[in-house]
Amino acid sequence: MAKVLTRGILYLFLIIVAATCLIPFYSMIITSTHTNSDIARKLLLLPGDQFVDNYNRLKDTVNIWRGFGNTLFITVISTLINVYFAALAGYGFSKYDFKYRGVLFLVVLGTMMIPGQLGIIGFFKLVNSLNMLNTYWPLILPSIHNAFGIFLMRQFADSSVPTEIIESGRMDGYGELQIFNRIVLPIMAPALATLGIFAFIGKWNDFLTPMIVLFDNNLQTLPVMIASLKSQFTSDFGAQYVGIVISVVPVLVFFSFMSKRIIDGVAAGAVKG
Amino acid sequence: MGSKINKSYYGYFFIAPFFIGFAVFGLAPILYTLYLSFMKWDGFNAPVYVGFANYTRLLHDSFFYQSIWNTLLIWVLSNTPQLILALLLALILNEKFIRGKHFFRAVYFFPQIITPVTLGVIFSLMFDWQTGSINKILMYLGIVHDPVNWFNSPWWSRLIASAVICWQYFGFNMIVFIAGLQSISNEVYEAASIDGATKKQTALHITLPLLRPVFLFVFITSVIGGLQLFDAPLMLGDGPGNTSRTMVMYLYETAFKNFDYSYGAAVAYGIFIVVMFFTAITARASKLKD
Repeated sequence: MAKVLTRGILYLFLIIVAATCLIPFYSMIITSTHTNSDIARKLLLLPGDQFVDNYNRLKDTVNIWRGFGNTLFITVISTLINVYFAALAGYGFSKYDFKYRGVLFLVVLGTMMIPGQLGIIGFFKLVNSLNMLNTYWPLILPSIHNAFGIFLMRQFADSSVPTEIIESGRMDGYGELQIFNRIVLPIMAPALATLGIFAFIGKWNDFLTPMIVLFDNNLQTLPVMIASLKSQFTSDFGAQYVGIVISVVPVLVFFSFMSKRIIDGVAAGAVKG
Repeated sequence: MGSKINKSYYGYFFIAPFFIGFAVFGLAPILYTLYLSFMKWDGFNAPVYVGFANYTRLLHDSFFYQSIWNTLLIWVLSNTPQLILALLLALILNEKFIRGKHFFRAVYFFPQIITPVTLGVIFSLMFDWQTGSINKILMYLGIVHDPVNWFNSPWWSRLIASAVICWQYFGFNMIVFIAGLQSISNEVYEAASIDGATKKQTALHITLPLLRPVFLFVFITSVIGGLQLFDAPLMLGDGPGNTSRTMVMYLYETAFKNFDYSYGAAVAYGIFIVVMFFTAITARASKLKD
C-alpha cells in the first residue's frame, strides 16, 4: 500500500512539473485567438475565433514571415558551414599526426572558455570596417569556428572512422580533401546530424548579434522582430500573442519529431564533456 | 607507414579554417575591444588614448556593481531551485518502474530550445499587472484582491527573471544528470544491495559521490552561462531603479544604446574578470571537496 502511495505521489509530481512546462505555451496559443478587450478583462481558458483578425493586424505592421524566412536562410547556411568545418578540423586532429597537434587542440578547447560577449564591441567595429554592417556575412562567417563542434567531431572520428579506409582511398589515387569529402563525410553522418541540430537551434535563437549588425527591417531576424513586438504593439496584445505563436509553434513541431535525437545528443555531449 | 608520415602536414590545412576564422571573428574583436578600453571613442571621431581612465571610472561605477549584484542574485535564485529540481527529477526518472520516461523527459526539455527572447516576452505578458494571466488567476482564486504590479517591485522583478531561467534550463540539467546516473554501472548497485545498503544509503554514499564529475560540468556551465544572462532578462526590463539589470544588459546599454563604445569595452573586460573569478572559485571549490 505504501509503495502504491509513493508511486502515486511521484507521478503526481512529474505531472505537475510537466504541466508547468506546457501551460504557458497553451495559454499563449489560447490568448492569441481572442479580442484585445477579452485579453485585458478575462481569464481565458478556451480557444476563441479572433486569431485571423489578430494575425492580420500583426502582418500589416510587421513582416513576420519575412523575418521567419530570413532567420531560416541564415540558420541553414550557418549550420552547413558550422558542421562542415567542424568535421574538417575534427577529422584533421583525429587522423593526421602533425607537429604541435596536442597544443593546438588545447587552444581550440581553450577558446570555448571565452565568454561570448567579451569581443562584441570590437566585432561591431570590425564588421563596420569590413563594410559588412547590415549584411548577413557577420552572422554566417563566424560559424567557421566552432570549438565544441571540433571536439565532438574528433571524438567521433577517433572512434568510428577507420584509418584503413583512408589508406585505401590513397591507393585509389584520391587527394586528401577528396578522401574527406567522398569517403569520410558520409561515415560521419550521424555525428554531423547531432551537431547540426545544436548548431541549428543555437543560430535560430541568436539575438544580440543580428540586433546590433542589422538595421534594415526587411533583413531582420525573427527573434529581433519578436523583441520589438512590445514597443510596436503597446496595447494590441492579440497581435503580440500571434507573433509569439509564430515563433514557438514551428519549434514545437520540429521538436516533436526530433526530441529523441536532440535529448540523446545532449546526453552524449554532456558525458563526453 | 611511409605515406602516412608524408601526409601528416595535411592536417594543418584541415584545421586552418578554424584558426583563421577564430583569428578574424573571435580574437581580433577581443583584442580590438581591449585596445578600445584604453581609448575615448564616440564612434565618429578618431579614438584618443586615455590610459586607464575607463577602468578607473568602472571601479567607481555604482551601476556596474549593482549589475554584478543583480546578476549574482538572479543566478543564485534561478540555479538553486533549478539544480535541486533537475537532480530530483533525474533520480525519479532513473527509477525502473516509471512509465512514459521519454514523454516526461521531452516535455521538461522543451523550454530549453525555445528562443530566450520569446520566453522573456511570454513571461512579461503573463506577469503584466493589468492584463496578465497570473494576476487574473490569483484574483480568481481570491489570493489577492487587487492586481499585483510585479515589475514595480525589485524582488518580484528579480524573482520573475530567475523563474524564467530556472524554467528554461532545469530540463537540460536533468538530462545531464540522467546521463551521469546511467553511466554508473549496475554492478556497483548490485554490490551495495548484497552488502545490505538501504536505498537512502545507496543514494548518499554511492550515487552522489559518483556523480561528482557531472556536478562539476553542470556547475561550470551554469556559472559561465548564468553570469552572461541577457536575452530573456532584457525582455523583462531593467526593473525599478535598475534592480534587475544584468551585467551584459549594462554592457549592451552602455555600448549600443548610449554609444559609449570605449567605456563599454572596459565594461566587457570587467565582466570577463568577474566571470573568470567565479569560474575559478567554482572549479576550486569542487576540487577541494575531493
